[in-house]
Amino acid sequence: MKRLFGIFLNGLVVENPLFVIMIGLCSSMAVTTTVANGIGMGIALTFVLVMSEVIISAFRKLIPGSIRMPIFLVVIAAFTTIMDLEMKAYFPALSKSMGVYIPLVVVNCIVMGRVEAYSSKQPVLDSLFDGLGMGLGYTWVLLALSIVRELLGNGTLLGFQIMPSSFEPMIFFILPPGGFLVFSLWMAASNSLKRRILASRHKQEDLQQSCCTLPADGTAEKA
Amino acid sequence: MTDLVKIFVAAFLINNIILMRFIGLCSYIGMASDVGQSVGMGLAVTFVTVMASAVTWPVYYWILKPNGLEFLEILVFIVVIAALVQLVEFYLKKSVPALYHAMGIYLPLITTNCAILAVTFDQITFGYNFVESIVFAVAVSLGYLLAMLLLAGVRQRLKNSPIPSFMLDTPFLFLTTSIIAVAFMGFAGLIK
Repeated sequence: MKRLFGIFLNGLVVENPLFVIMIGLCSSMAVTTTVANGIGMGIALTFVLVMSEVIISAFRKLIPGSIRMPIFLVVIAAFTTIMDLEMKAYFPALSKSMGVYIPLVVVNCIVMGRVEAYSSKQPVLDSLFDGLGMGLGYTWVLLALSIVRELLGNGTLLGFQIMPSSFEPMIFFILPPGGFLVFSLWMAASNSLKRRILASRHKQEDLQQSCCTLPADGTAEKA
Repeated sequence: MTDLVKIFVAAFLINNIILMRFIGLCSYIGMASDVGQSVGMGLAVTFVTVMASAVTWPVYYWILKPNGLEFLEILVFIVVIAALVQLVEFYLKKSVPALYHAMGIYLPLITTNCAILAVTFDQITFGYNFVESIVFAVAVSLGYLLAMLLLAGVRQRLKNSPIPSFMLDTPFLFLTTSIIAVAFMGFAGLIK
């Protein structure tokens, strides 16, 4: 149980898909102009990631190595289509404001990277927790980005007015350059947090063997 | 004709795929470390994007739409593009080895490049006809090449610059990108 929890936590900071492995960046900045979009995208990606990881992990011994990529692609594309259609049906406004970024989950490097590097080699339960951790790691970054951007760029949070009426919204934060800027600052903050975690973990390792790090092949390639 | 020019300028500068729409960022941050490499990657992307558009447009309008299979768009496009990239790779390896060595290493990376898939989806969403689709594809991928080149150029200068230690590496690249994007905001009024 402790091991599974370690896998889960791994995705949150130490191997955060956005800040550390730096994959799947496209959607993270494009949709985070409002908090609602950020949450929607986070849930959508977590769904596709967890489902694909579990399915591929369950079939990992049956998939021949030489044609694994096309098989992964088809599995991921199938879940992306399911998610896309669900969103269109139940959250039409959200789906419209996210536009092309929803179908683009299919080539989101996080999904492909985790499936290739992790769940094609690990048992189902581990993959489930890895998917959840990575998905949540992705979602909290989206939330962090969108809270700053919506608050400063529009003066609202989830559509409710937060800032006093004298506050002049800084449109810059909603525009693309603002996305890059906020992302860059959050990334700097997260990296220094990670450095501190790793430093303290090295101290503990002298006393007991750490359980929480992935093997070296757990890191995905950048595509 | 003016329509085509408008599509070109809008896709190339105003809605630059990386700086304004954040698509293709992974390869942008990962690959744009020197000028030669980014030109190679950019040309390979241009080549594949145009080929992919030339294939997915007929597939959508002649096969999927008449049969009411539009919901299979995502699945079909990604498989078609992956297969196409493989074919192009085989062909180049055998018949044009020089070109293969110049951009062959980038081809496998391109299969999962969001930019190409985004272009093919956009052509359908915007309702472009075949010629417009091709112009759009060329413009978007040249925009990609331009953004890569700009970052690669700045990056070479950054090697000798004092950067605060907490911003080192990637955070600073995003900061740079943010400033380049501000410059691109200036193109916004170019087309009415």
